Amino acid sequence: MSALRFGYITGPVIGALWCFIIATTVAVTMSFATGDPYRPSLLLSLLLGALAGGATLYGRMPVLGAGVAMTLLGLVGFGPMISGENAGFLGQLIGHAAVGGFTMLGLHVMLEECELGSLTRHEFEEAVIRFLTGFGYIFFTAIVLIPFYVMVMTSLKNQSELLQNPLDFSLDLSKGWDLLRSYTELFADFNFGIYLGNSFLISVITVFITLAFSIPGAYAVARLRFKGRAAFSRSILLIYMVPMIVLALPIYIAFSMTGLRNSIIGIVLIYPVTTIPVALYMLQGYFRGLPGEVEEAGLMDGLSRLQVIWKITLPLSLPAMASVSLYVFMIAWNEFLLAFMLLDDPSKFTLTRGIASLNSSEIPRQHLMAGAVIATVPIMVLFLGLERFMTKGLTAGSVKG
Amino acid sequence: MTHPVPPTGTTPLARREARLAWGLLAPTLISVALVVVLPLLAIFWISFKPIALADLRPPAPVVRESLRGSDDNMRIEYRVRNSSQDKLVTGVTLTDNIPDLVTVTGDLPEVCSLNGQTLFCDVGDIEGGYNERLRIPIAAADKDAAEEVVEGSEPSVTGSGDNILTNTTFTFENFARIFDGDEFWEVLWVTLFYTVVGTIGALVVGLFAAMLLNKSFRGQGILRGLYLFPYVAPVIAVAFSWLILFDPFSGSANALLVQMGVAPSAINFFGERPLALIMVTVFEIWRYFPLSFLFILARMQSIDTDMYEAADMDGASPFQKFWYLSLPQLLGILSVLFLLRFIWTFNKFDDIFLLTGGNAGTRTLTVNVYEQAFAISNIGAGAAVAVVIFCCLLLFSVFFFKFMSQEEGL
Repeated sequence: MSALRFGYITGPVIGALWCFIIATTVAVTMSFATGDPYRPSLLLSLLLGALAGGATLYGRMPVLGAGVAMTLLGLVGFGPMISGENAGFLGQLIGHAAVGGFTMLGLHVMLEECELGSLTRHEFEEAVIRFLTGFGYIFFTAIVLIPFYVMVMTSLKNQSELLQNPLDFSLDLSKGWDLLRSYTELFADFNFGIYLGNSFLISVITVFITLAFSIPGAYAVARLRFKGRAAFSRSILLIYMVPMIVLALPIYIAFSMTGLRNSIIGIVLIYPVTTIPVALYMLQGYFRGLPGEVEEAGLMDGLSRLQVIWKITLPLSLPAMASVSLYVFMIAWNEFLLAFMLLDDPSKFTLTRGIASLNSSEIPRQHLMAGAVIATVPIMVLFLGLERFMTKGLTAGSVKG
Repeated sequence: MTHPVPPTGTTPLARREARLAWGLLAPTLISVALVVVLPLLAIFWISFKPIALADLRPPAPVVRESLRGSDDNMRIEYRVRNSSQDKLVTGVTLTDNIPDLVTVTGDLPEVCSLNGQTLFCDVGDIEGGYNERLRIPIAAADKDAAEEVVEGSEPSVTGSGDNILTNTTFTFENFARIFDGDEFWEVLWVTLFYTVVGTIGALVVGLFAAMLLNKSFRGQGILRGLYLFPYVAPVIAVAFSWLILFDPFSGSANALLVQMGVAPSAINFFGERPLALIMVTVFEIWRYFPLSFLFILARMQSIDTDMYEAADMDGASPFQKFWYLSLPQLLGILSVLFLLRFIWTFNKFDDIFLLTGGNAGTRTLTVNVYEQAFAISNIGAGAAVAVVIFCCLLLFSVFFFKFMSQEEGL
């Protein structure tokens, strides 16, 4: 490591790696955005990056110069990123400028404290960490966004366009509302309105039943003294260790025999039980954190325990209930296995079950993706709108995966 | 003068409190017992049963009643059929009300007797796939009216088929079948690979993401929300997106790789043998890194900053601070997360089922339950695999509890 710790080595090494990363990122982004062929050149990007990394050490003017040079080299075909001949000029200009600009901007920030000669350990590690940070932001944003981008864009295109050039996600905006055709077809021909309603109904009922069961239970575990309390509060989570598929088999058999299979009632009977333990666990943690004195004052003033729960504890724990409700709603909304096994009748499908039924070779895949978008959007809207509660709920509940 | 002493044993007040507590817990306990404990016991029972999907409906007698013939050759015909093709139904009896409009004229079949208007027939046993016809000669003034009342009254049949779920036939064949051959060991190896690599991968990636966001800057909240997307979205939506993204014929990922010159031709990511397993593991890491990220970030933000200031004064470098200060602080949450994620990844079913359906060398134990029970229609074998899973989990839980008592986290 210590051999690396000289400005004239650190700079070019980081420069080369960073330039390659930026070239790849921009190439992928441009390909996805325009459908034109862009690709990074391994050799050129490493070489130019190393030169740029060295140049950065000499101050601000060389940084600017290197950025412009990289853009110009790219445009004539010798840059870190190579664009195909038939790519549009505007796209090429934007792409190569982005490569030059982001490479130099990143390098400037990373190598800010570095000098030409030997570096202290601190300076060296700081540069490496900044490089890793930059890489991390790009990496995570890319891996998270790409599947969702593909999901949304595929749902707006049609099968033949996609087969022709799988990379071309550009939209023909002149089509107007026709872009949303697969959505209207899903609602018109595939009963997605009913599925949406079913999913919503089932999730809401699940939330209410879960709360009704878990609030008293959580209060008992958190506040009341009884034998076996410690063991109980621990074994709640143990229920979470039981895989759903193990339970699903006997439930399937029992439901087949009692005729509960293929009914929304059957689903509503099962879903809450899968969420009650975690809701109970989350709520009891919150109840413990509430000041006991307020409740004792209530007891002194002649309230019964149940009145204390209703009039004191519940109003105080509204934020926790919001978290729990959101989280339970999410579990019920996303649930797939039980819905898939227990529901056969299209009029009773939930959204997840409905999407599974779209997965056949006869149905074009933009419909499948449009279904996926329909299922994802409500939960995302809820999540982004109430992110504060959601994050808290997820951490407090040590969410089931 | 007596000193006041605290009461010993349970006082009435304490007893009342305990009673209330159990009362409040009762709904939860009952529902959990019904939906979790009972099925668990059932799965043990079923795993020793030679039962297939078709056996779920026990054999039973089915009857059809019709009025045949005309004028003085009229008869009511009962056709009692065994619903099963190969299993015996025993003690079949038939009871029906003969309406007032018709009168029984000729001889009854041997097994039948008439008591007032009530016809009772003791049919006995019916072999699988067979049926029995009973003809009751009658006379009636108006055929159409008679037909209506005769066919309007439902005869009732009783008879017990041998229900394979409740009888006492046991077999070890299910276990013999699943442990037999190399298949089981392959399934076990796939499960272990998927679980261990998936868990560790999600932890490491989550740790990396948490370190990125463990500083305040503009847009930190947005990025944090964004990085949770894979976890919050429905599994079916993201799994199908991955399938389409990596499709060998028209997937964007393949087009990209070919265009960039990384791969000479399209790769069948979810269809080739070692690659499919790697891909489902990568999917698992992708989908669940947000969870570890969230927990690690929460823990990181609660670490006291004094320590870092002291380290700065002592001239510690960033890597030293991470290795000697942050990591020991995070060890608790990391080990708890590892245990939890390990068990949940082990239990994972949806993801692999949706991505590959357990094909191309990605069949884990949980997928095997489904495969045995529904694809091969052998419920008993599926239950046997479920029992194996459950035993593994018991083993993990012992570890889990040992560690949980030490790590007060969660």
